[in-house]
Amino acid sequence: MKQAGAQKETLKKVLRYVARHRLLMAGSVLCAALSVACTLYIPVLTGGVVDHILGPGRVDFAAVAAGLLRIGLIAAAGGIAQWLMKDLNNRAAYRVVRDVRADAFAKLSRLPLRYIDGHPAGEVVSRIVADVDQFSDGLLMGFTQLFTGVLTILGTLLFMLAVHPGITLVVVLVTPISLLAAAFIAHRTYSMFKLQSQVRGAQTGFMEEIITGQKVVQAFGQERKTLERFDELNTQLQKASLRAIFFSSITNPTTRFVNSLVYTGVGIVGALTVLSGGLTVGQLSAFLSYANQYTKPFNEISGVVTELQNALACAGRVFELIDEPARTPDAPDAVALNAAQGRVAIDDVCFAYQPERPLIEHFDLRVEPGQRVALVGPTGCGKTTVINLLMRFYDVDSGSIAVDGTDIRRITRQSLRANYGMVLQDTWLKSGTIRENIAFGRPEATPEEVVAAAKAAHAHSFISRLPQGYDTPVGEDGGSLSQGQKQLLCIARVMLHLPPMLILDEATSSIDTRTEMRIQRAFAKMMRGRTSFIVAHRLSTIRDADVILVMRDGHIVEQGDHATLLQKGGFYKELYESQFAGNLPFS
Amino acid sequence: MIKKLVSRIRQYRRDTILAPLLVTMEVVMEVIIPLLMANLIDYGINGNDLGYIVRIGLALVACAIISLVFGVGSGRSAARASAGFAANLRKDMYYNVQTFSFSNIDKFSTASIVTRLTTDVTSVQNAFQMFIRTAVRSPIMLIFSLAMAVRIKASLSLIFLVAIPILGGGILLISMKAHPQFRKMFKNFDRLNTVVQENLRGIRVVKAFVREEHEKEKFDEAAEAIRRDSSKAEKILAFNNPLMQFAMYSCILLISWIGARLIVGSEMTTGQLMSLLSYSMQILSSLMMLGMIFVMLTMARASGERIVEILDENTDISDGPKDLMEVKDGSIRFENVEFRYKTAGETVLENINLDIRSGQTVGILGGTGSGKSSLVQLIPRLYDVSAGRVLVGGEDVRDYNVEALRNEVSMVLQKNVLFSGTIKENLRWGNENATDEEIVHACELAQADSFIREFPDGYDTLLDQGGTNVSGGQKQRLCIARALLKSPKILILDDSTSAVDTRTDALIRQAFKDEIPGVTKIIIAQRVASVQDADQIIVLDDGKISAVGDHDTLMKTSTIYREVYESQQKGDNE
Repeated sequence: MKQAGAQKETLKKVLRYVARHRLLMAGSVLCAALSVACTLYIPVLTGGVVDHILGPGRVDFAAVAAGLLRIGLIAAAGGIAQWLMKDLNNRAAYRVVRDVRADAFAKLSRLPLRYIDGHPAGEVVSRIVADVDQFSDGLLMGFTQLFTGVLTILGTLLFMLAVHPGITLVVVLVTPISLLAAAFIAHRTYSMFKLQSQVRGAQTGFMEEIITGQKVVQAFGQERKTLERFDELNTQLQKASLRAIFFSSITNPTTRFVNSLVYTGVGIVGALTVLSGGLTVGQLSAFLSYANQYTKPFNEISGVVTELQNALACAGRVFELIDEPARTPDAPDAVALNAAQGRVAIDDVCFAYQPERPLIEHFDLRVEPGQRVALVGPTGCGKTTVINLLMRFYDVDSGSIAVDGTDIRRITRQSLRANYGMVLQDTWLKSGTIRENIAFGRPEATPEEVVAAAKAAHAHSFISRLPQGYDTPVGEDGGSLSQGQKQLLCIARVMLHLPPMLILDEATSSIDTRTEMRIQRAFAKMMRGRTSFIVAHRLSTIRDADVILVMRDGHIVEQGDHATLLQKGGFYKELYESQFAGNLPFS
Repeated sequence: MIKKLVSRIRQYRRDTILAPLLVTMEVVMEVIIPLLMANLIDYGINGNDLGYIVRIGLALVACAIISLVFGVGSGRSAARASAGFAANLRKDMYYNVQTFSFSNIDKFSTASIVTRLTTDVTSVQNAFQMFIRTAVRSPIMLIFSLAMAVRIKASLSLIFLVAIPILGGGILLISMKAHPQFRKMFKNFDRLNTVVQENLRGIRVVKAFVREEHEKEKFDEAAEAIRRDSSKAEKILAFNNPLMQFAMYSCILLISWIGARLIVGSEMTTGQLMSLLSYSMQILSSLMMLGMIFVMLTMARASGERIVEILDENTDISDGPKDLMEVKDGSIRFENVEFRYKTAGETVLENINLDIRSGQTVGILGGTGSGKSSLVQLIPRLYDVSAGRVLVGGEDVRDYNVEALRNEVSMVLQKNVLFSGTIKENLRWGNENATDEEIVHACELAQADSFIREFPDGYDTLLDQGGTNVSGGQKQRLCIARALLKSPKILILDDSTSAVDTRTDALIRQAFKDEIPGVTKIIIAQRVASVQDADQIIVLDDGKISAVGDHDTLMKTSTIYREVYESQQKGDNE
């Protein structure tokens, strides 16, 4: 029954969201009750009118007219109630959906990076977009129909009881069979729908990855191979969806079958009762028509139940994301770091992405305010990881990192990060204009400030040549800008932001060396008095650093300035010489 | 649009036809049941015939069972048809997307393509399933009930002739009003998708700039827009039900009123009026169902249009008319090439003339945005030239079969992309049938073997999406190995060793020289050291060729080259 438990949990969570809009829901329920009452009352009125039409020449026209007028009024009231119910319900449902989406998205910023690094982006997108959408469809249909259905059943039962309690008993006794059948199928449907949205998520993840990497796919002529994998996922989804649809669609015939049995049962028992004189023929036909009306909502409800199953299955996946353990929250006594001086101390830090593969071990470092620290070393030695730790994208496994003497775990993340300006090798631009991208860190910046920053980053000249200048929209991830131009924009972004500490991770790797030198000068001016961490392979980038840390396999093997390290004749010298002194022969 | 969508049913045509047929049978059974019941009352009870009652009772049960069988059967067919239809749609769309050039993709944006492939297809699938299951049921019920009504009193049933067009018109109006709202809603879905995707990819930057709140606001805006649009659309659709009820009760009232007059004139009996009323209920509720289907279709129409847009999009780049399958050698010629990206309009490359012999090594240097990447992307036809032509192996690249051309031109892109899967799987992109020895050999050339072996799982190490668990330099070397495995005639490295330390970079170049001397190698680099020993070095400046020659010539003739060289050498002289 674990599954039912999970379903109940999900339902509880959904209800918590619905409760926020309880006023709308209450209104919707009220209108539903009103509209059901009207619907049930009309046959009674119609019956009353018919009673006044007894035969040729025996029609009470005044009474008929009055009756018809009343029917018209009630019908109008019912119509209005129904419209209102739908409207209120829509409002509530769409608000719930918006809230769930907002929470799911907000969660993304609280998730540890480990989660996001480890999950395909498309899969997460599928949860926030597709699953919530399915959930909203179910929610919309579900609540109103379920409620009106139940009310209709109750109302009809009352009428039947009034006519003949004995036969009503037969009806009531058979009802559980109908419910059992529906429950049996619903149980199956839930797991099918769950499977369906799982596979859908996997497929979305795959498609997103391939379409984003389309250039590589085409450059390698791998279209066919990705198609195979796509077909595989597509067939899986087709199968899952087939089963989900099938199970949900047999609900209706099944309940209808049970209902036909009820109908037949009432007919036979009724006929026998008539034969034994316990009922008139007229009463029996009235009864049969009620029995018919009684079972109809069951059909509707069973349809709704499958819809709700789907909604719940999808909601379950969204809540999985929302309930994913968040990164450790900021300590309750965490302080906000205002304009840091820039003293950084790393003490005996160990860290590993995977426990079985230690990456950084017993790492120590002291950085004084305003120092320029360069990290060099062979690829994979852990330079980028150090940055992940400094920014607290990941928490250290042991040891500590302190800024201005305060352990960063006791500083609010936001204020810590606000003190760093970061440019990464992997440029990231968002869809929007060039201006918006430069002003990303300081949206309130004036146009002049934006231009000044762009000039400092030597991006101004290429931007001015674009058809719409600073208002040129850049597409997803930079569109047709070159990699180097994207880096210039990212640098301009930091130049505008100008925080007390800087992290440059291969920030200029795709920029030509002449432009780079000019940017270096701009940086030098900007970095005066600012602590900065630079990761680079180009010696020209790091030569002027106050401290060069030579890293190898997660350890610092050498430390010192350029001249000292060269004199020492160690690993740094070896690295250095491979670039300039003895160029290996080439072609 | 509908024709285009329907043609995608293909192998599920049988199920698509079978489903409504089975539904028809199911409905017939449902109609028979009340008729039998009437007989049971009329003859069984009035004739006091217990045997008859039991016989009819059994027949009723039989009908119920048959109805169940047909119902389940139709459910199965409908499920098969709709799931299959959706799968076909996704397949056709995705296959077409795979042929898209980048300008095609830029036109839609990745997020929009993904939404269309998922959300929109689901919406069409639901409508389709609903359609084949209920679209038949309601008309049959309608026709049956109408026939009965006419049989009872033809003149009175004329009322329906008036009621049905009014209703139909109302529904049409509602759905026309709702349609644009739905289209708007789906556009906002694209926006939502974009925000989520961007934030996942750029999460480090968002966090570093402490912009989570702002991004949240942007997302909330998109989510709110969806809420608003769907609310508006649903608000319009909510008129559907009251409209139906209005029509239904008007009919009932009219029938009662006129019926009463007829009864007075002895033209009709009370019983007939009763039956007529119950049939009119059935007629109108069938209409109501039809209306609901119509609404479903309205919703699906917006999605259907978006799907057809993808299906109809023709790729800019397709196989040439000559469809050449073989690339003779690795020579490359650029003749008066001019190039601009469609979206940006500005000329990126101008007046490019180059002659590269097979087996040569060519270095390309140039400032940021000078068009280096654009230049090399023309060789494997990732983009087409705007004017002039590019020849590979003596033939215009546009005359080749695209796949054949790209098989011989291996390119390591500036932005390295690895896909989720093991290292080995990623490398096999280069050559599916590569043996383990070949893979190891390629990795040795790319100086990747040693670090791969250090992973606990070696070549079977799993890479996350985007390869976040390997460092930038490691990623670049894996991409080089992947390109080498293709054993191409032309190898292009677009600034592919920028994150690799200088020593490793030199080792890679040495390995190229020793192991693949016959391959034409084009190397874009920032470091002079990376291109210094090339046969020709091309210096690009602002989309034009500024100078061509070997290192010694350029040192004499090109100021740009000399400046770059000196700026990088300065360290030595200090």
